[in-house]
Amino acid sequence: MDAPRDGACWAFIRGSFELFVYGWYPEPERWRVNLSFLLLVIAIFGVLKDNLPGKKYWLWFAVFFPFIAAWLLVGGFGLVPVGTQKIGGILLTIIVGVTGITFSLPLGILLALGRRSHLPVLRAVCVVFIEFIRGVPLITLLFVASTMLTYFLPPGSSFDLLMRVLIMVTIFAAAYIAEVVRGGLQGLSSGQYEAADALGLTYWKAHRLIILPQALKISIPGIVNTFIGLYKDSVLVLIIGMMDILGLGRARLNDPLWLGLAPELYLFIALFFFLCCFSMARYSLGLEKKLRTGHKQ
Amino acid sequence: MKDNSSQASNPLTRLWRNQESRGVIIQIITITLLFAIIALIGRNVVINLAALDKEFSFTFLTWPAAYDIGFSPFLEYTSQSTHLKAAAVGLLNTLLVAITGCIFASILGFTLGILRLSKNWLVNRIAYTFVEFMRNVPVLIHILAIYSLIITLMPPVKKALDLGGGQFFISNRGFYMPSPVFEPGAWMVGVAMIVAILSVFLFRRWAKKVQDNTGKIYPVFWISIGIIFGLTGIVFIAAGMPLSWDVPALKGFNFKGGMAIKPEFLALWLALSYYTACFIAEIVRAGILAVSHGQTEASKALGLRNNRVLQLVVIPQALRIIIPPLSSQYLNLTKNSSLAIAIGYMDITATLGGISLMQTGKEMETMILVMGVYLLISLCISGYMNWFNRRIKLTER
Repeated sequence: MDAPRDGACWAFIRGSFELFVYGWYPEPERWRVNLSFLLLVIAIFGVLKDNLPGKKYWLWFAVFFPFIAAWLLVGGFGLVPVGTQKIGGILLTIIVGVTGITFSLPLGILLALGRRSHLPVLRAVCVVFIEFIRGVPLITLLFVASTMLTYFLPPGSSFDLLMRVLIMVTIFAAAYIAEVVRGGLQGLSSGQYEAADALGLTYWKAHRLIILPQALKISIPGIVNTFIGLYKDSVLVLIIGMMDILGLGRARLNDPLWLGLAPELYLFIALFFFLCCFSMARYSLGLEKKLRTGHKQ
Repeated sequence: MKDNSSQASNPLTRLWRNQESRGVIIQIITITLLFAIIALIGRNVVINLAALDKEFSFTFLTWPAAYDIGFSPFLEYTSQSTHLKAAAVGLLNTLLVAITGCIFASILGFTLGILRLSKNWLVNRIAYTFVEFMRNVPVLIHILAIYSLIITLMPPVKKALDLGGGQFFISNRGFYMPSPVFEPGAWMVGVAMIVAILSVFLFRRWAKKVQDNTGKIYPVFWISIGIIFGLTGIVFIAAGMPLSWDVPALKGFNFKGGMAIKPEFLALWLALSYYTACFIAEIVRAGILAVSHGQTEASKALGLRNNRVLQLVVIPQALRIIIPPLSSQYLNLTKNSSLAIAIGYMDITATLGGISLMQTGKEMETMILVMGVYLLISLCISGYMNWFNRRIKLTER
């Protein structure tokens, strides 16, 4: 800053707001983004609200939502295709966050079950995988996604950078989810396993009907914390050159018109993340309290 | 289930129905799949490398790095040095920020955690707001924001702020302070210090044994301080004070002499520390709350003074709960230090995984090395914390 300023200049945020939300998504197609946001809100509502009539269908909708949103955003099958490099800003942040959250949960549960398996080979594979992913920073995995992964693919083939990043973020979060779920599985009394065996249930039936519902209930706070961490980590895509809200904002700061407005930018982005993460944290806290009274005897 | 299903005629079905043989089959399938994937990736890598005319080897480590590293406090580094040396400088920088960060984060985190438990409403709420706001914002934003604050708010070098007696300066190029210069004979002071620390260590063990046997309590803390400072001080004076200070001074366009802490390091260290401290605060609070109040009451009933209650009863029990999550916070801090690349602090990710990768085009080799280094650091930290955890664990009969 060359001259001291009297106050904050929020025109910067207002002027760039559309860019921050949509990235470079083509103007006439932005209804698709808005529709996806709306569907996201509906999906979240369906998952979180208790005692909703037809809860099952709401949950199925939430399961299919990522695929519907992917079709809406990328296009094809009747919609104008939009390149993923046009996706940026808050849209990209939410895509990374939501994809990671939805796909890491099932993968993490499978990894946790594998780690507690009686089969030594399966267990060893899961342990090595989980500990490797947890031992390295996400940023190195993103570097692998952006530079090294092309070597692993059949020659001549390549796939989208956004896709590669999403896969890496999902794998990363899954390793952490696996540890949280493992904690939940260990927290269950062995009587539950024995009861399931006594009923003659198969492994999958026992887990689906008896073990997992209880174990997941115990691990909800940890899972939400992992989700919060994942959501915050989504800004790291900036380092491999993808333009999420932080990347766009910093690029915007180089515009001579908006020089020296870094404090406003960082405050705005910090508030955005704070609102998202704090509400998730409060929700988890509320859930924790609700579950605790449920167990009181 | 039908009756005859357990004696199915097909031997394969029978094998699958048997729990033991099924386990073997699943494991064989897993191994086969695993090796198939590894073989496929290996084949692709070989073909892709051949197509690009590249070779998988680590010889690039001996090539000259040809880039500058602005912050190398431990090793002599020039742009003629090898990539290996650049990696070593990066590793040391990573360790430097990780260790100092862990220390500061612990101090700050314990303080914040205790403040969160304060009965004073205002103190409690201020600590709560700080913790909740800071930990719900990504650490990368903290790092970038602190860095840009230092760069924009601090005066330029020519108008550097004098923080005390012309010895300490702060400007947008960093924080300058006098550096110690060791003169001949300084080694005696060093030896004295080591001897003092060793004797304090032995004294503490002896005092603990005496306390366990007889109940007699020595003022261990004050005696330890006395030994360390007394012995080192006496030798320091006896050796003719073999230490002088190199004071930074403004010459030309920059400061000469003294030690400079670069804004990159300062920003990374501060941001990582207070971000992690917020998580540690919550862990500490939960740990102290988890010690049942009956423990405090019982020790008060035994006639212990307040500070003794904390020191002998509450904190040892709280530590058992605090240590495991605390160690994962240390791991997080170390891994988060890789975000240094965003502000140009040259850690291992920025040197080996950043510039060396770009210059040599050895994506695979550099990434394998960088990940290996982080895995090794993680293993060391969790190994140490596990050892510490075992040491303070409740010894049950």
